[in-house]
Amino acid sequence: MNPLRAKALVIDIPGRGDGQPLDFTVEPGQMWGVLGPNGAGKTTLLHTLAGLRAPRHGAVHLCEHSLTELRRRQISQQLGLVFQERQDGFPATVLETALIGRHPWLSPWQMESGDDERFARRALDQLDVGHLSDRLVNTLSGGERQRVAIATVLTQAPDTWLLDEPTNHLDMHHQVSVLQLLTDQARAGRSVFMCLHDLNLAARWCDHLLLLYPNGDACWGPAEQMLVPQALERLYDQKLITVEADGAPVFVPVKS
Amino acid sequence: MSRPLLKPLLILALVSLAAMVLSVGTGSVSVAPGQVLAVLLGEGSNLQQTLVLELRLPRTLSAFATGGLLAVAGALMQVLLRNPLADPYVLGLSGGAAVGALLAMLAGLGGLIISGSAFAGALLATLMVFGLAHGTGSWTPSRLLLTGVVVAAGWGAVITLMLAISPAQRLPGMLYWLMGDVSYARSPWPALGFLLLVCLLVVPLGRSLNVLARGPMQAAALGVAVRPLEWTIYILASLLTATAVTMAGSIGFVGLVVPHMLRLVLGNDQRLILPACALAGGTLLVLADTLARVVIAPEQLPVGVITALLGVPTFLYLLYRSR
Repeated sequence: MNPLRAKALVIDIPGRGDGQPLDFTVEPGQMWGVLGPNGAGKTTLLHTLAGLRAPRHGAVHLCEHSLTELRRRQISQQLGLVFQERQDGFPATVLETALIGRHPWLSPWQMESGDDERFARRALDQLDVGHLSDRLVNTLSGGERQRVAIATVLTQAPDTWLLDEPTNHLDMHHQVSVLQLLTDQARAGRSVFMCLHDLNLAARWCDHLLLLYPNGDACWGPAEQMLVPQALERLYDQKLITVEADGAPVFVPVKS
Repeated sequence: MSRPLLKPLLILALVSLAAMVLSVGTGSVSVAPGQVLAVLLGEGSNLQQTLVLELRLPRTLSAFATGGLLAVAGALMQVLLRNPLADPYVLGLSGGAAVGALLAMLAGLGGLIISGSAFAGALLATLMVFGLAHGTGSWTPSRLLLTGVVVAAGWGAVITLMLAISPAQRLPGMLYWLMGDVSYARSPWPALGFLLLVCLLVVPLGRSLNVLARGPMQAAALGVAVRPLEWTIYILASLLTATAVTMAGSIGFVGLVVPHMLRLVLGNDQRLILPACALAGGTLLVLADTLARVVIAPEQLPVGVITALLGVPTFLYLLYRSR
């Protein structure tokens, strides 16, 4: 199990200064949340950590190697990414979509075996979309498609999960079950690093937080140290009221 | 290869064989299917031997190879652009290849140089379309398609210009580049061999292509080396198109109609679709060519007319449905 490291990393957002270089390690078992307003660069950060975009400075390391030294196939065996936006040019069924998660593990001449299919079906069941396996993905609702995307990465079975707004389009029950599934992954020794819109979900489920400001400033650390009302108010440019519920802070916006 | 992939391919192979036997048997003197098989096994009269082996079979095989090459090229371009409207003819690859070939013919060159020049034309057309559509940002499929259509119109104009200024005695030989006609085709074997080679080559690439069909970012996240794969597809599709165009001129829409029909029936697993395209594309062109020979016999229609009559409605339907 290899930690994902950002080393003096500056993500490349055109027209923005370098800001604070990022230096952090996502250790096995940890659950990180990235918070920030729209346009702060959350998605760019996630894509940079996955090696899909070149950083402006610094490097991302996985198993003691810079991502640029690794082949895409090696990276994809350890790192899975749930995208926020998905395009489907051609119709594909839910099961076919989940099955492509096995791609990093199969050699070019290998066909998907019965084991691979069982793997994919189990992942779909875990996300409560198993009954849709023969449906075409483009006929599903937004929330169902989101869960299929997560099931695809579950089929991929990476050590490190990167997720871009995994709770988008999900109703409250499915938000909780997805976050619970990710918590289980972290407990099993994997690591989770996700962008979240919802401050309160992050406060309740993440053990580490990274706050990303629109000007490139950033701070990170254990969640309880990061959940400081002043810092969050500056982050979202929004006055907040803090209350406590069930042992966790809950932030409510002040009506103007 | 596992059994679910093998069955549709076997059926398609039988259908193409039947189409070829029908095509070889049809003409001014008909030969019954049984006799065609007998001739192929080395029996039958001298007349039948000459008719089948020297006159009709090469043309039928050329039609098959051309159709297969174009259909596979179309299917590859569609994966590359994630757009079912992509086709070597629509994107101007056929036009570029035709211009290359015509230039070589105008210069009085022959044989291999015409083929090389057609390939260079196809490659140039690809680079031009992709380069122009890329412009200053990332290319979107719709922008690429529009660029391709406009560039194809440009190639059409250049071809007309070259036909207008070329000496009259060369015209009949050149006109077929514009319409697409297999009756001028020389030996079909190199093209058939190339088609077979590509089909074998794309089987190990197939799963990567399936992943690429879901977008380059998703493919990269799943371990596909996207850039090298995209370049491989560009070059393969250009090679396939150039080979087809040098053999039979610019025949349109085979690369559009065949993959679309097959996807409706067989789904979108490239490991199945690409070899199936080779078989079904070949069959379609063999049948279209047979039709072109008999509709107004003893005169012959260029086969490109038949495929365009099939292809234009299909294209419009896809465009109408995609919105």
